[in-house]
Amino acid sequence: MNLIEQLEAEQIASLGKTLPDFKAGDTIRVGYKVTEGTRTRVQNYEGVCISRKNGEGIAGSFTVRKISFGEGVERVFPLYSTNIEYIEVVRRGRVRRAKLYYLRSRRGKSARIAEVSNYKPKADKAGAEA
Amino acid sequence: MLRTGILAKKVGMTRLFMEDGKQIPVTVLHIDNLQVVAQKTVEKDGYSAVQLGAGTAKVKRVSKPMRGHFAAAKVEPKRKMVEFRVAPENLIEVGEEVIASHYFEGQFVDVSGTSIGKGFAGAMKRHNFGGLRATHGVSISHRSHGSTGQCQDPGRVFKGKKMAGHMGSARVTTQNLQVVRTDPDRGLIMVKGAVPGSKGGWVTIKDAVKKPTPENVIYPAALASAAREAQRLADEAAAQAEAEAKAAEEARLAEEAAAEEAALKEAEAQIEAEKSADEGGENNEG
Repeated sequence: MNLIEQLEAEQIASLGKTLPDFKAGDTIRVGYKVTEGTRTRVQNYEGVCISRKNGEGIAGSFTVRKISFGEGVERVFPLYSTNIEYIEVVRRGRVRRAKLYYLRSRRGKSARIAEVSNYKPKADKAGAEA
Repeated sequence: MLRTGILAKKVGMTRLFMEDGKQIPVTVLHIDNLQVVAQKTVEKDGYSAVQLGAGTAKVKRVSKPMRGHFAAAKVEPKRKMVEFRVAPENLIEVGEEVIASHYFEGQFVDVSGTSIGKGFAGAMKRHNFGGLRATHGVSISHRSHGSTGQCQDPGRVFKGKKMAGHMGSARVTTQNLQVVRTDPDRGLIMVKGAVPGSKGGWVTIKDAVKKPTPENVIYPAALASAAREAQRLADEAAAQAEAEAKAAEEARLAEEAAAEEAALKEAEAQIEAEKSADEGGENNEG
């Protein structure tokens, strides 16, 4: 492990976050800290994860797309952002792409994603991480 | 008062997540065994500077004259050497090691290095020229620089005209980078933003010239010997404090024991006295 990887691993350990297992196609709910003046509150942002980028490392990020008041909205969150309170998986979708950018040009029925019926948690990876 | 800079190796870039939700892009710089190899003095050389060496070089790959130079300084052969001009009062003893706490968190520094070479680059890449149009009769010269001057008067191309040529591999200084974190144990300095050069390249770090010198910078430099001395003193002070606390505790215990004993004695004496008084009373009655 080189020095940069080591520093990043240390930082991930010190941030002490547990990430759920999710990938593109899953519907997720992100609790994002919003500061209004002096007080902060947690805002929910729920939508379909359409891409995961840069792996599980400190530079990792994911994009969540939702339709808000008839308008498509996309937000990119860094995986290890200190502004993220929690990430919850609402629904696991079955998709055949890693990046679901094709959803941008679709609406309604054609933008549906089938649910995974036989989801298995990654047991070996969780064990390795724990 | 000019003090020495630091010779470091660029490790790479990463990001730091802050408590307030901010992310800071940082470049990690490694200070590897940075020692003073020689001093330049006004009397001998006409100027005052310290020569620093960093890294470790295999002895067989070091030339004989350089081996002699390192032997005179009684330091291990160094991979890279650099000189920093310093004020005469800020000269450092030969053989001293400079550590990462030379800079404090939040300080501004200038970082110089050799930029990544781009080879022979065209005017668009080298000078941000716009190039020519894609259509409207332009042929073959879409990325050319266009006209280079006027006509028969002046009849020549002016000196310094921006044209294609070699780009990169030049000494570049990035000014006013902020030090975000230092780690003296591992010899790491993290500065905000990018630093010239490729990973593994050598860079020099200096106090920012365009900011006022901070008051809490360490003169002449943050030295490993000074850190060890401070650590030793702290350990001694801690040991002494512990010993004092122990002694105080013992004294307190002894005092308590003595007080208890005294109280016991007093009580005994009182009982005796009462007894004798009782006896006396009885006698009086009788």
